[in-house]
Amino acid sequence: MNRLNKRAVRDTLGSYVFLVPWLIGFFLLTLYPMCYSLYLSFTRFNIRTPPQWIGMANYLVMFKGSAALPRDERFLNSIWVTFRFVFISVPVKLVFALTVAMLMNKKLRLIGLYRALYYIPTLLGGSVAIAVLWRRLFASDGLLNMILSSLFGFTNLPAWISNPSYALYTLIILAVWQFGSPMIIFLAGLQQIPREYYEASSVDGAGPIRQFFAITLPSLSPIIFFNFVMQMISAFQSFTQAFIVSGGSGGPLDSTMFYSLYLYIKGFGFSEMGYAAAMAWVLLIVIAILTAISFKSSGTLVSYGSGE
Amino acid sequence: MKRKRTGLVKRLLLNLFIIALGVGMLYPILWLIGASFKPSNQIFTEVSIWPSNPTLDNFKEGWRGIGIVGFDTFFKNSFFICIISAFANAIFCSLTAYAFARLKFVGKNVWFAVMMITLMLPSHVTTIPRYIMFRRMGWINTFLPIIVPKFFATDAFFIFLLVQFIRGLPRDMDESATIDGCSKAGIYTRIIMPLTVPALITTLLFTFLWTWDDFFNQLLYLTSPTKYTVPMGLRLFLDSSGMSMWGPMFAMSTLSLIPAFILFFSLQKYFVRGIATTGIKG
Repeated sequence: MNRLNKRAVRDTLGSYVFLVPWLIGFFLLTLYPMCYSLYLSFTRFNIRTPPQWIGMANYLVMFKGSAALPRDERFLNSIWVTFRFVFISVPVKLVFALTVAMLMNKKLRLIGLYRALYYIPTLLGGSVAIAVLWRRLFASDGLLNMILSSLFGFTNLPAWISNPSYALYTLIILAVWQFGSPMIIFLAGLQQIPREYYEASSVDGAGPIRQFFAITLPSLSPIIFFNFVMQMISAFQSFTQAFIVSGGSGGPLDSTMFYSLYLYIKGFGFSEMGYAAAMAWVLLIVIAILTAISFKSSGTLVSYGSGE
Repeated sequence: MKRKRTGLVKRLLLNLFIIALGVGMLYPILWLIGASFKPSNQIFTEVSIWPSNPTLDNFKEGWRGIGIVGFDTFFKNSFFICIISAFANAIFCSLTAYAFARLKFVGKNVWFAVMMITLMLPSHVTTIPRYIMFRRMGWINTFLPIIVPKFFATDAFFIFLLVQFIRGLPRDMDESATIDGCSKAGIYTRIIMPLTVPALITTLLFTFLWTWDDFFNQLLYLTSPTKYTVPMGLRLFLDSSGMSMWGPMFAMSTLSLIPAFILFFSLQKYFVRGIATTGIKG
């Protein structure tokens, strides 16, 4: 008994040696910063002078307005912009990814090349270079308008990027265009569906559409769910594209003011670090709630097969 | 006979459809590459990808950069940050992953759960305190705030990827090595590390590319042009240039995409593994 305990202790100590870098990182670069930002979220702090405790004021300003300050309409607008971005771009992206994955699941000689080509937008899409390109694609004299006017004869085309009603949609298109990762995950999922399912249902006279709804969709539901949650979490944090396309302003008229862009502007533009920290915590809570809702609803929507 | 022919036609149409859709999707990128070889006055009048009178002027002018700092500096800085980050991340994530996947210790389940939670954590919660910490340490306008966290395996995504990979390896080899009196460090360096090379390559690859494109942290921490990376250099161009600079701007954008292209086409299967294993087995 005693000897066993000694071995367990030695085993544990020996194992922790491997864990030390991660543990230091977790405490110093994740946990401590989280606690510190929670504290800062209850203060007014401009980084030059020590933080001043102001209680719930930062949170009040966001949603209701405090005694001293009116409600922050730009903040509420950034939530609205971000929600529209997330809940339009993610579903459209997943539908597109699944459709393409089904095309890519066909047995064709060049299929390897096709899969690689369809992944390229994802490979490059997160870069500043592509964001710069996007700005030119949708400018008033950009590529899209050049194509529309020279090939189709349209006139009086809008400057998509600098028009508040269209600017967000150019960013949604950019996000949907990067459908490569969910496509590859869907493809791997499609390849795991037993072929016999389709053969049996085809004997029973089911057509491709019926098969899609009766076999493909239910079999893929855990993967659809996984993709949805992961894409949602990352879409909430989008920054680079909105920053470059709007020139760092979130314009025109705050129409591309993503949540993280506003957080950046507040924290590092206006030096309102306390307010920015509060915004970070609100984002954390929103993401946590939405993830929890997704998991909860997955119980009814997702089938994990009868074997498990 | 007849059925065979309709199958052939079907397949041909399917191929054509996939190619047409693919070309449509890649058109903007191809146009960007083409535009970087066009004289500035033709960029915004030509829809076609192919430059009618190709020139290298844009590359020459762009490479000189803005002011005294050229794109050679930006590329050097980007490569430096990305290479160090990639290796540090691969080494330290794999040490952590080995502990989680193979070793027995008190508190393992708790720490593993903690690690999985950090996977979902939006980075914004730590952005501001980290900035304040690094500022106090005098690290602003150095590469340290970007590189140092990689030495502490802060990127849980890769720990998870490596844990999944190590769990898939057969255990007999490390069990017999243990019986032969091999230490944990010995098992890691002689057995686990060599067997996880494919997953380590995936980690190197993704860390390199994500660090290359990690505009947010570079924007926060790099403040003088001599320290700028490629994305920051492009942004500098964008801010300080009028219409006449689009040619050089496109040329440098094209250059900035080359490392990703090369890595992708030479190491394609590692990409698929990286995306698919974490997605499916999770």
